[in-house]
Amino acid sequence: MKRLLSIAASAMAIAASPVAAQDIAITGATVATGDGSDPITNATVVVQGGRVVAAGSGVTAPAGMPVVDGSGMWVTPGIFASITNLGLVDVDAVADSNDVNASDSPFGAALDVSPVINPNAQDFGYSRAGGVTRASVTPGAGASIFAGQGAIVDLGADYDAVRHPRAFQYVEMGERGAWLAGGSLTSAHALLRNALQEAGSFGDAAELSSSRQTRGNRPGETIGLDSRFSPGADRSGDVLLTRFDAAALVPVVNGEQKIYIEVERASDILSALSLKDEFPALDMVLVGAAEGWMVADRIAAAGVPVIAAALRDLPVSFEQLAATQSNVGRMVDAGVTVAIGGYDSSGDHPRNLPQQAGNMVALNRVPGATGLTWGEAFAAITSIPAAVAGLEGRVGILATGAHGDLVVWDGDPLETSSAPVRVYIDGVEQPLTNHQTRLRDRYRSLDESQLPRAYER
Amino acid sequence: MTGRFFNRGGPSALFLSAAALALTGCASASGSERPATSAAPSGVEEPYASTYEAYPGVPTAIVGATIYDGAGGRIDNGVVLFSDGEVVGVGGADLAIPAGYTRVDGTGRFVTPGIIDIHSHLGDYPTPSVDAHSDGNEATDPTTPEVWAEHSVWPQDPGFSRALANGGITSLMVLPGSANLMGGRSVTLKNVPSRTVQGMKFPGAPYSMKMACGENPKRVYGGRGRAPSTRMGNFAVNRETWIKAQEYAAEEEPDRDLAMETLAGVLNGDILIQNHCYRADEMALVMSMADEFGYQVTAFHHAVESYKIADLLRDNGVCSAVWADWYGFKMEAYDAIPENAALIHNQGACVVIHSDDENGIQRLNQEAAKAQADGRRMGIEIADADVISWITLNAARAMGIDAMTGSLEAGKMADVVLWNGDPLSIYSRPEMVWIDGAMMYDMNDPAMRPVSDFELGQPGEGDVK
Repeated sequence: MKRLLSIAASAMAIAASPVAAQDIAITGATVATGDGSDPITNATVVVQGGRVVAAGSGVTAPAGMPVVDGSGMWVTPGIFASITNLGLVDVDAVADSNDVNASDSPFGAALDVSPVINPNAQDFGYSRAGGVTRASVTPGAGASIFAGQGAIVDLGADYDAVRHPRAFQYVEMGERGAWLAGGSLTSAHALLRNALQEAGSFGDAAELSSSRQTRGNRPGETIGLDSRFSPGADRSGDVLLTRFDAAALVPVVNGEQKIYIEVERASDILSALSLKDEFPALDMVLVGAAEGWMVADRIAAAGVPVIAAALRDLPVSFEQLAATQSNVGRMVDAGVTVAIGGYDSSGDHPRNLPQQAGNMVALNRVPGATGLTWGEAFAAITSIPAAVAGLEGRVGILATGAHGDLVVWDGDPLETSSAPVRVYIDGVEQPLTNHQTRLRDRYRSLDESQLPRAYER
Repeated sequence: MTGRFFNRGGPSALFLSAAALALTGCASASGSERPATSAAPSGVEEPYASTYEAYPGVPTAIVGATIYDGAGGRIDNGVVLFSDGEVVGVGGADLAIPAGYTRVDGTGRFVTPGIIDIHSHLGDYPTPSVDAHSDGNEATDPTTPEVWAEHSVWPQDPGFSRALANGGITSLMVLPGSANLMGGRSVTLKNVPSRTVQGMKFPGAPYSMKMACGENPKRVYGGRGRAPSTRMGNFAVNRETWIKAQEYAAEEEPDRDLAMETLAGVLNGDILIQNHCYRADEMALVMSMADEFGYQVTAFHHAVESYKIADLLRDNGVCSAVWADWYGFKMEAYDAIPENAALIHNQGACVVIHSDDENGIQRLNQEAAKAQADGRRMGIEIADADVISWITLNAARAMGIDAMTGSLEAGKMADVVLWNGDPLSIYSRPEMVWIDGAMMYDMNDPAMRPVSDFELGQPGEGDVK
């Protein structure tokens, strides 16, 4: 372990310009590739030019490449955290520092977090130190059922956090959506349909057909912004959406931008799935889905992936009466693609995703309950959320050509006792120091016989 | 952030032990009868008295398990004996098993005392979390020592069953919220399903009073244009109230006054103080206030900056009831660090891991394990058996019930959890849970999982399908 502990951790400040990727080979480690398979003992991972070259037991380090002895360590792809607030908030309850919700904004769907994300926010650093290397960041719905457009970020210590702006639109279609819509889910459905229809016709009027714009983009590629907004597109007076909001929904209607639909109740899930009858191009992801297990076969048949909190097991609301820790496992068994994501308590943070996943493994030992295998559980916080975000095969997995996002752990990453000792993003080793580690070091001793603690830096 | 206010509280070890001894009243069970628990302290009839009686149990021997006794002891391949609701003996493989004991195979398994959560709002903020269930903060006055949390507890809260089955919780303290400087009395419960809250009340447990410092009271009342609106206002209102309480306590035959009765109980040592407080500097001020008026803070709850003053907390005999790694949700939680518990422990001060959360109460063992590992990484080694005490005996001490439960010791309540693996591993869950020697949960028997009235006939039916 000591072999790996002394890193370039002195660099607290973020690098203003890109740092060159290192070529690295880690040998003799237990390797979990993130693809759902079991961990491989005594394996090697090779990263070159910021990309994974090989990972497995039959791999040898290329001659001349620096080799790190990983014996006793685990090496995995970085955690992919879905639906986070990373970089949008310093302190939740300090409104001035919190850019998650905008309850007084004139806009909804048009909101776009990508210019706002602050990679110096401490939660960025804490999550990185916890092994989270990429994440989706979403605004919260404040003034409309449409929260706006989320981004995919990496957690590297640089200013290039946003890798895929406007990766998805987020809409609330559960109890919160009902409240935002004026008091009922009926209203939320009317608002959603109206918005999508307005966007559809707006796209036509503005000649913003998908063929002209962004069709052909591969999933996860950046979607254009202002080019699809045409000031020449006249609209009748009988519309609810601002022009900006309508423009933002054009790629949703065209299926070029994913739409994340927050919904919990079984019947509401089916109503969400049926939106594809009216708007066939929708590229839908369900978020929440606490009662998903009750309609798992229908979700699977629709081919719609789900992002679900793993441990929600209380009837917190009347839309979650059937909440159970077996939800994820049962959906997976039914063939649904399920990423673990979601933070229910003040204490839930992206860096605790391995704890959620590990509990799914524990659940498999409880008679009558349904959990996940170790490989499934780890995939549910790495390759699967990356794939749901449109980055299949490129992120969250140790496969040839994938981003060189590696975490070296001091033990089984799903165990509460384990933690990262090294983190690489695109082959660049990352600093793991932050406000918390500095406080820890300052207060290791309380001795003030010579000077106050404030001089301990 | 969750919508509720955060609470705190806490006892001091010395004070607790005295209170516990004075009030002890163990439940016991024999055969199939449910013997009555011992009476309340003589003299005064106890209002809203506990009607809890232990359920029937059989003499049981758990054999071959690794035992963490809750008091820092560990026995490999050990034996735990309990009968008539009480622990009979704990020892190694050579401990003789009396005739008539039912053997439970503990091979590959672990035994701990029942897990205890010192900070819960189950029942007073029950699920479903609808407005009609928001019964945890009497936020109409900054000091409400007159309210009792037990009068808000809904015994049908589905959260109790999850805490039992997933967390091995056998006892818990339900506190009023932290909107108020003085939030009212807490109630200590046995985690048994019951039609009434009296049927859950822990016999002989002392009362605590919830206090809160910092952001919550000044925000709630300052936002209404009344005191307190600042931290100095918080202290002024507290001190004025303590002065009145001292005057009341000095009266020979005072008129009934529910608020003053609670405060007088604190001043005479019958009622513990559980004090929600985040910042180190504020905790130090609160301890000075306690000195000024002659009471003892038993525990600071949340206490995310205890690591900055762990020496002071040790010297004052005040416990810290903390999360493993919550941080950042409010300004006064900005300096929270995951090494908090280990640093407190390392200074010789008392650590309790608490939940304040209907989810977290299902995983106190995992939270303790995280805090232990964070300490280990900075060079603070804390034995597994000591870490278990953070969620058993230390919690019991800070609740004033350590003479009755919290460790596996002959004569104590047989509150016992059999885990299907090391409880400090994420891969382990409670396999069987006994409360006062009665089996209340068996992972392998669906019939041995309680379902609240609310969940009957609902989809999922209490997460048992």
